[in-house]
This record gives sequence, structure tokens and C-alpha cells, in this order.
Amino acid sequence: MENLITIRDLTVRFYTYEGVVHAIDDLDLDIRQGETLGIVGETGSGKTMTALAILRLIPYPGKIESGSIAFFDRDLNGEIDLLKLSEEKMRAIRGNKISMVFQEPGAALNPVYTIGDQISEVLLLHQRSELGHRAKERVENLLNNGGGRSASVKRPFWRWQRRLYEKVAQDSQPIEPRLVGRLPLFRRLLWRLRNEAELLTVDMLKDVEIPDAARVAVHHPHELSGGMKQRAVIAMALACSPELLIADEPTTSLDVTIQAQMLELFRRIKVEKGASVLFITHNLGVASEVCDRVAVMYAGRLCEVASVEEIFANPLHPYTKALLDAVPMPGKELQTIPGTLADPLEPPPGCRFHPRCPSAVPMCQQERAKLREVSKDHLVACDLH
Amino acid sequence: MSDWKFMLRQLAKNPLSLAGLIILFIFVILAIFAPLIAPAPEGHTDPYRIPRDGYSAEPQPPDEEHIFGTTEGQYDIFYGVIWGTRSAFNVGLVVIGSVLVIGIVLGSLAGYFGGAIDEVIMRITDIFLAFPALILAMAIVAALGPSLRSVMIALITVSWPSYARLIRGDILQVREEDYIEASRGVGASNFRVIMRHALPNAIYPTLVMASLDIGAVVLAAAALSFLGLGPPEGYADWGQLTSFARTWIVGPSQAPLKYWYAVTIPGLFILFFVLGWNLLGDAFRDILDPRLARR
Repeated sequence: MENLITIRDLTVRFYTYEGVVHAIDDLDLDIRQGETLGIVGETGSGKTMTALAILRLIPYPGKIESGSIAFFDRDLNGEIDLLKLSEEKMRAIRGNKISMVFQEPGAALNPVYTIGDQISEVLLLHQRSELGHRAKERVENLLNNGGGRSASVKRPFWRWQRRLYEKVAQDSQPIEPRLVGRLPLFRRLLWRLRNEAELLTVDMLKDVEIPDAARVAVHHPHELSGGMKQRAVIAMALACSPELLIADEPTTSLDVTIQAQMLELFRRIKVEKGASVLFITHNLGVASEVCDRVAVMYAGRLCEVASVEEIFANPLHPYTKALLDAVPMPGKELQTIPGTLADPLEPPPGCRFHPRCPSAVPMCQQERAKLREVSKDHLVACDLH
Repeated sequence: MSDWKFMLRQLAKNPLSLAGLIILFIFVILAIFAPLIAPAPEGHTDPYRIPRDGYSAEPQPPDEEHIFGTTEGQYDIFYGVIWGTRSAFNVGLVVIGSVLVIGIVLGSLAGYFGGAIDEVIMRITDIFLAFPALILAMAIVAALGPSLRSVMIALITVSWPSYARLIRGDILQVREEDYIEASRGVGASNFRVIMRHALPNAIYPTLVMASLDIGAVVLAAAALSFLGLGPPEGYADWGQLTSFARTWIVGPSQAPLKYWYAVTIPGLFILFFVLGWNLLGDAFRDILDPRLARR
């Protein structure tokens, strides 16, 4: 099966006043169809930047220097290079085919709009034709089933509406609905689109196990609890049934019981929607719960990629080993990793982990180890293996 | 609907803001019903011209025909202050409205995009802010020729830069919020992000400033009129009425308050108008900000 995302030689740099920050260095990473890939690493290791690079939302002064991100588009049945798309085409992908859940659910929701408004907006942006189709069917229903005393007066209006929504549903966007959609007062004539979006929104909120969804939809973010907000953000990300859902530390800011519920939700989403999930976390325990494969990152580079079972049973890279030793467990003394995270402005030459590595040899200081497959589906960037 | 109820309750809770609202409500009534309250005399073509009763310089005290008296040149003060309410709203709303539009457009462009756009727009505002506002306004009115329109253009020119700056600062702050990135993450265009996500979160301080500034703008317009750089003589305008009274502020030595009505009445109208907007501006601060907890 084709990979959903194939990242090759991705390099992201930040040109800051102090110097060039090597945020991501020559990254090769695949995300397979229908899998949950976890990216694990310390703060500042480039996990979030990898996710933002896929969406092409690297903030200023960062720049994607080189590389390619191939995305397998189910509708086109072919691959497209996300880094070569125009901004307009990229906008059509964001939130539609690739969507993202941010770390802080409270901050990712706009405080001035209700939950329902914000999810509807995503639908109105990307699913106009689907909404148009639904609206048309509703108008058709009205035409066929009468509809009260004034039906004979409204009938010609309904007929016009049916034609209008049919055109919206056709996606080709002829002049009439486009004109109506733009003119300030006439825009209201397309109110059924918003109506349909709001109805779908309630279904989506139910889908992420929000009780009393219709009531929650009219609430503002500050009226909800952290767990509810995160569910709403996930519902927003899932609104257009994306092929890839990027979750950037979605459980970090939640307390442990809610975390467990969220992980359960992510597992269910993957099974039900068939979406791939890129799950970014610094918590190996969380990664072991939800991920199929895990990629370990250190200072902008990949150290090791393997299936969850393999990584926990047979870690090869010294950094992965050190990370696993640093997981607190009862009856075991906690091991910390000596030293500090590599300076992103002046990363150490050769393998970036060598100053902290217990098994470093002189060669590590000069030569950077390539990511190699040491056994099936187990890739390591370390010359010791 | 609950929003409206909330606003009204918030207003009613604070007696000062309620006072501001009542003052402005009275002014609105005066402005709307000016033709009924102070009907123009027969054969009067332009209702904004104050009818005069003779050409004598000395103001005449209130009597039955002129209930607030007449000012220099026998212009009817009552007629002038009533129709002057319309001029005041005209100046205040047009100037603040235009300033808001210019300030919001330029400020949000500068704040959101940053870089060279920001640099250019902010340096232009620097240039405008380098002049003393009233003197620049006087120069502009003098150059364009004294009229109400020139006064408005001058006031717009001197007051948009501070609005552009205020908006820019707030957009700059909001731009870093996660929900802005999230909205780009769902595929919203820059225009949409600014209009729907950045501005609604950044605009409240500006709206508060605008409601406070309506009073200040009317005051500045009155100052320009007082200096003779306003609408033509005889135009219903509070600044001009005070200007007429300039030489009659203090009466003859045996009766220094002889012409009190000539300066006090238009002065009181200006005072209450500005006071009303200031009180209301404070109330806006409590009402408009959605981030304040609604309890």
C-alpha cells in the first residue's frame, strides 16, 4: 500500500538574530495509510515543526529549505508534493485532508465564537458542495410536501432556491451562487448552508462523545471544561473527515483521567474513520497506548523508527534507551540523561547525541550516521548498529 | 437576544453609564426632531443657517421670541444650539467612522503581515503624529478653505494614526494566539483570518477609544470654529455660537454677567455632549469585552 505521507530530506531552518537555528535536518519519514505514527522527543527536538511543515505553517522567520513532502491524495489517486502547491491549493488541503489538533485546547478556540460557529466555519470552507446537496434535498422536501398555508406563495421562491443550491452542490461554482455568496445582503439567501452545517456540527460533537451536544454547540469556549474543549477541537479537526489527523501533544494539558478518555477517543477515531494519525508527544507511556509505530527525534533529526512493540522490547539507539530508562516506574531507580539538549544554534558535529551518549566512540564526533534499516521496519541512525 | 439583555443589564447596573446614555438619548431626540423643536421661519431655504433678527452686535437677553436670547449679529441661540446638535453628531460620527475604517484597515494590515508593510505604515503614522494635532488641523482647514467638510477632513487626517497604531498593537498581540494558527490550520485565507478571527478579538479597546473620542472630536471641531476656521458665518454649530460670544464673555464693569446666556448656553451643550460620550465610553468597556466573565 502507498504511504499517505512520504517526507524526504526535509530541512527547516530559522533565521534568527542570534544565528541560524537548525530546527529540522534532513528528515526522512513515512506515514502509512491508516496507521498511528507517534513522534517522541524532548522539547525543542523538532516534533511540532515536523507537523507544521506538513501543513506548511512554519512560522516566520522559519523556512522550509529543501526536501519534499509527498501526500497521497485519495481523490486524485496519486501523489502530490505539498511543498510545491500554490497557497490557494494548500488552503484547500488544510483542515480538509490534513487537519491538526493543537496542544492547548483552550487557546486553539477563538473566544468570541461559539463552539458550533467554529466547527461550522470549517464545514462552510471545505464542504460547500456537500452542504449544498443537503440543502437542496431539504428544499425539495418542502416542495413535495407542501409546507403550511403560505406554501403557494413561497413555491416559486423554493424553486429558485432549489436551483441555487443545486448549483452550489455542483462544485463548479457558476456565477449565480458565487454572486449571491459575495453580495452582503444577498448572502443571507444561502442561509440553508449554514443551517445544514450547524446540524452536522451537532452530529460531530456527538461523535466525540460530548453529552448534550446541541446545547454545547451554542456555548462559548470559556464555558466548557478542558476535556470538553479538547473534544470540540478534535471534532473540528475531524469535521471534513481528513485523511491525516495531526495531534500535537493533545493530552499534555489535561489531567490523567481525561487523558485516558482522549487516548480511547483517538483509538476509536482511527478505527472508525480510517484516518492516519500523526501523534506528537513527549510521553512514551502515551505513545505506547495509541501508536502503531514510533519515531524518536533528537535535535531535529530522527534517531530511530520502529513499531511500538519493537521500540519497547528492543531499543537500539542509545537515545531511545536513555528515554526508556527515564520513564518513571515503581521499584526502579529513575535514570536521567546526562547533559542538556543540543544547542540548536551550534549543534555538535557528527551525531548530535554524541556529547550525551554513554556508548559514543570517536567516530561519532565526525560522522553523521544515516538512518538505516537494521531489521524489517526498524530504522536506526547509529553507527553502532 | 441574551446578549442584548446582558448589555442592558450591565448599563443599568452602573448609574453613571446610564446617565451618559440618557444624555445622549436626549441629544438624539433633539437632533432628529430639530425641525419640530426649532422650525425654520418662512422663506428660509437652508435650515442649517441660523435665522437672524437684525444686525446689531450686542446680544439680546432671552425673551418670548428668542427663548435663549440672541448672540452677536442677532442670531437666535435656541435655533443655533438645536440645529447645532445635528452638526455635532454629523462631525463626531463621520470623523470617528472614517477614522475607524482607515485605522482598522491600515492597522490590521501592519499588525498582521508585519515586515515591510508594517514599517511603511507605521513610519507614515509617525510623520502625522509628529505634528501638534490642532495646529496641523488648522493648517489643513486653512488650506482647504473654512467649511464643515474641511473641518471633518482635517480631524480625520490628524486622528487616524493613533487608531492605526492601537489596532496594530492589538492585532500584533492576537496574531500570536493559538486560535489564529488553528484557523490557518483549517484552511482560512489571510483575509478571513483577519476579518473573522483577529479583528473581533482585537477591536474592543479601539471601540472604547472611539466612543470616548466622539466627544473629543466634537470639542476639537468647536475649537476650530471658535478660532474662525469652521463653517461659514451663520451656520448652526456650537463652536461658532461660542465664537460669536467671544467679545461678550464679560459684560460692562457694572454688570459683568450681563451677556451670560451668549456663551453659557452653547457651552453647556458642548459640555453635556462630551460628557455623555465619555460616560458611555466607560460603559462600553464593561459591556463589549467578551473576555470579561458574564456573571
